[in-house]
Amino acid sequence: MKYQSQKVAYAYFLVAMALFAIQVLGGLLAGWIYISPNTLSELLPFNIIRMLHTNALIVWLLLGFFGAAYYLVPEESERELFSTKLAYIQLAILVVGTLGAVVSYLVGIHGGREFLEQPLWVKFGILVAAVIFLVNISLTVLAGRKTAITNILLMGLWLLCLLWVFAFINPDNLSLDKMYWWFVVHLWVEATWELVMAAILGYLMLKMTGVDREVVEKWLYVIVATALFSGILGTGHHFFWIGTPGYWQWIGSIFSVFEVIPFFAMMSFAFVMVWKGRKNHPNKAALLWSLGASTVAFFGAGVWGFLHTLHGVNFYTHGTQITAAHGHLAFYGAYVAMNLAMFTYAMPQLRGRAPYNQVLNMASFWLMTGGMCFMTFVLTFAGTIQTHMQRIVGDYYMEVQDQLGLFYMMRFGAGVAVVLGALLFIYSQLVVRRELIAPGPVTTPGE
Amino acid sequence: MSEILTKSRARNVFYGGSLFFVVVFVAMTVHSHRYIVETSTAGMPLTDEVRLGKHVWERASCINCHTLHGEGAYFAPEVGNVMTRWGVLDDPESAFEILNGWMQAQPSGIEGRRQMPFFDLTEEETRALAEFLRWADQTDTQNWPPNDAG
Ligand code: HEM
Ligand code: HEM
Ligand SMILES: [Fe+2]
Repeated sequence: MKYQSQKVAYAYFLVAMALFAIQVLGGLLAGWIYISPNTLSELLPFNIIRMLHTNALIVWLLLGFFGAAYYLVPEESERELFSTKLAYIQLAILVVGTLGAVVSYLVGIHGGREFLEQPLWVKFGILVAAVIFLVNISLTVLAGRKTAITNILLMGLWLLCLLWVFAFINPDNLSLDKMYWWFVVHLWVEATWELVMAAILGYLMLKMTGVDREVVEKWLYVIVATALFSGILGTGHHFFWIGTPGYWQWIGSIFSVFEVIPFFAMMSFAFVMVWKGRKNHPNKAALLWSLGASTVAFFGAGVWGFLHTLHGVNFYTHGTQITAAHGHLAFYGAYVAMNLAMFTYAMPQLRGRAPYNQVLNMASFWLMTGGMCFMTFVLTFAGTIQTHMQRIVGDYYMEVQDQLGLFYMMRFGAGVAVVLGALLFIYSQLVVRRELIAPGPVTTPGE
Repeated sequence: MSEILTKSRARNVFYGGSLFFVVVFVAMTVHSHRYIVETSTAGMPLTDEVRLGKHVWERASCINCHTLHGEGAYFAPEVGNVMTRWGVLDDPESAFEILNGWMQAQPSGIEGRRQMPFFDLTEEETRALAEFLRWADQTDTQNWPPNDAG
């Protein structure tokens, strides 16, 4: 850690990991209710648990992004953060807002737009926190060295904060509501967050492989160009059946097929950099997470996204377990795993220890990734059967669900693996203090 | 390749191209907004009752179990076409009665069956909810869903 102010990232990562634990436990409980539906049905119904699961996910991913920005911007800009105090105030606001949202949900106070259920005051809190963040980070960047990584990171963060405005715009007309809702949801995960992901990946590659900055930065611009060129009009893949005009069927299908490209490019980028790089960085776990994240993102977002994005297919699969399968693997690969890559890279430095092998951390990677892949497979099978029975044969929803019990049991099993993996990850970050296995001989010395 | 595609060129293509796509997207959004208001949702007037129904729908967070026009959670049936499924699309009074009967019967308490919670709604709210669902069902959704099962 070269700059003192990078330390604020530590607090962000700690809160993020706590919420990560809550998120997966909530998911596990929701998965349990699928196989034992009377559980808690009067005390804590499924819809509340699901809100906790999805909201915790989004908030911890954002906290991870904020923390990552606070960690990498000082190094890139070659100066201390504008204000560490503002960064802690921002975190405090977000923590209060999160706790407030949780308590509200538990007592039944919430909105009813999926993922944006936060009470109005929490939404305002998030807005204030976002403004503080943008001011703090922009002033730091403006005063220091400008790099492609900070350019892209800042652009992604600015745009994602601006899009938050649509969280407040809720027209009475349901179809309008849905159209603007996607301005937050789709333009986050398939446009602005991709910029953040690319910037973090670029930073990690730069640090760990020792490849030339020029090369990394040129790649980055090409990646984010393909992301926005496809992702903006790709929003049309959500405008097939919600009351929007028919032309979106072609626009949405065509442009969202191109959305595969940036994910393929990020995966290729990561592997090419590692292959070309001469540096032998000791933090093997961070490298594993970086490569793993970009690979799983390609499969979850790229392949599983493509699977149901053509309107002729989506007509039948829209809103089935296929959607859930894709949502899980895409979020996991692109954003969960990329955040965990950043934590894995930064934690040893934030805690003032030499980077080490982190065998337990690597084990948690395989456990979590294996679990998420298995969950995706079983949900895809369930979704295929559901699509056939319900959408083609025309059997009633509940009768079809009764046939899918086996898959939901396997999903729960996969969930157990993911929870164990997540807890192991947190343990490996916070408790383990030394090498568990002596490092092997180093062939090319690190720098 | 490296001479043709320099870093600054790649950056300029990124900024210029993105701006272009934003402009196209905004223009299409404006058109779609008009189309929704004037055409696809014009089948039934957006009355105060429908508005209240939407607020009731949101306050109860129905979306975190059900899908509505295919969006939401996958734990409970599609409701964008429930009024068609019940055969009461054009009959407000029956729509209210059948919905009210359904809401009052929850939770079913049947062992091993997914449970819908009981929501304490006034008659006015339940009527509004029924109108909201009838309103949504009249939307031109390009013939989605494929059949009445939703
Ligand atoms: C990391 C990037 C991505 C994430 C995190 C993500 C996540 C999600 C989530 C959570 C949903 C469900 C939204 C809802 O609740 O209704 C969804 C829907 C969808 N996604 Fe993605 N996605 C990503 C990338 C992609 C890409 C690249 C494609 C296309 C190639 C794609 C195609 C779709 C489609 C077509 C739907 C609608 C499914 C339906 O009709 O039910 N996604 N995505
Ligand atoms: C312990 C592991 C997990 C289990 C058992 C689990 C289970 C579930 C369940 C039951 C739902 C509700 C599906 C429905 O509406 O019927 C859900 C939704 C969701 N979960 Fe998970 N989950 C787990 C982990 C995760 C992780 C790690 C992520 C992020 C990568 C995630 C992201 C989501 C998202 C985005 C949704 C909303 C999906 C959509 O609207 O399409 N979950 N999860
Ligand atoms: Fe999308």
